[in-house]
Amino acid sequence: MKKIKTLFVLFLAMFKIGLFTFGGGYAMIAVIERELVERKKWLQHEEFMDLIAIAESTPGPIAINSATYIGYKVGGFFGSVFATLGVALPSFVIIFVISLFFNKFLSFKFVQCAFYGIQSCVAFLILSAGFKMFKKLKKNLLSVTLFVLTVGCLVGFSLFAIDFSSIFYILIGGAVGVFIYFISLISSKKDKIENVDEQNDQTNQQSKGDEL
Amino acid sequence: MIFLELFWTFFKLGALTFGGGYAMIPILTDEVLAHGWLTSEQILNFIAVAESTPGPIAINMATFIGASQGGLPGTIASFFGAFCATLGVVLPSFFVILLIASVITGLMRFAGVKAFLNGVRPVVVGLIIGTALTIFISVMFSIDSVFVPFNFDWRAVSIFSAVVIFNFVLKKWTKKTVSPIILIVFSAILGILFYGLF
Repeated sequence: MKKIKTLFVLFLAMFKIGLFTFGGGYAMIAVIERELVERKKWLQHEEFMDLIAIAESTPGPIAINSATYIGYKVGGFFGSVFATLGVALPSFVIIFVISLFFNKFLSFKFVQCAFYGIQSCVAFLILSAGFKMFKKLKKNLLSVTLFVLTVGCLVGFSLFAIDFSSIFYILIGGAVGVFIYFISLISSKKDKIENVDEQNDQTNQQSKGDEL
Repeated sequence: MIFLELFWTFFKLGALTFGGGYAMIPILTDEVLAHGWLTSEQILNFIAVAESTPGPIAINMATFIGASQGGLPGTIASFFGAFCATLGVVLPSFFVILLIASVITGLMRFAGVKAFLNGVRPVVVGLIIGTALTIFISVMFSIDSVFVPFNFDWRAVSIFSAVVIFNFVLKKWTKKTVSPIILIVFSAILGILFYGLF
């Protein structure tokens, strides 16, 4: 049946993408554009733009978001299941195999030393990923304030051994975003009312002038 | 029960990660430390492996941590741990995307969602940089808080600086972003040299 063949092809395509993409969701988006939009033509360019916006704004790993979305567009509910399965399977298998001998691996002194070095590298990788994201961030009063406060609190709390889960930062940040938006809505409504009042006053004065 | 804990923890992480795999690292670190599953050092090691293997960092971390906490290496328990954690991290995405793709396409244009994300985005960037800074401080100075004696790790600082320079030079030379794996291998070699031989 054609449907089953589509699902299988979808699974294989996502499996390949999952197997050969290093470096996270953003790298995967580039591969998806090349393979699925330009080559296989499963998505229109506009749908692909939608995909990026959605994958970046919804919770969860970008790779999973993209896979589920494409899977749904190509093959409905089962399409999304097979696509997600496809993209996650290579990771799962490879990592699970690694986990089988990782402890043993770490018990060697020279491996331990290697990993001490790697820890400094990871600090750098995370920092540079953060700076890349910072450069892309739209800078306005809200975003800069939230950013500075977050970094300050995080470093400060950690130095003074205060426990404050990062999850709260995210929820508070989101709440502040919504709050500021409502404030701006209310103040722009007030401006609109004031403008209308001014216009009414002006037209009233004009008509009074006409009467005279 | 560990399997339920793994599933629920990673479900939370999956639901609260906005903006890609790196965004998950700060909240994952918090949760894993809070549960006492791994030390900060072990978390860094796992991150290194997760970055060096193909696939999304989030899936790699979930599988790895799930396997390590589920049971002894190679056991069915370990496999089931990996499975629960990975399923947990994938489900929130899956549900939300299905909802958006099938029913509420207009949801993304709802102003409240945009406002929420405008608040979350700078926080996520702050979390990533803040987490990197705290890792940096704890690795370079071997301290976790101001209450612990100060101990400068010159090897860590040297390796960090070497990586920065190496990355800069490679980027200028190849005109492309440097693959993390190259940097990890480079730092591994330096680690063996600095910590093993000196």
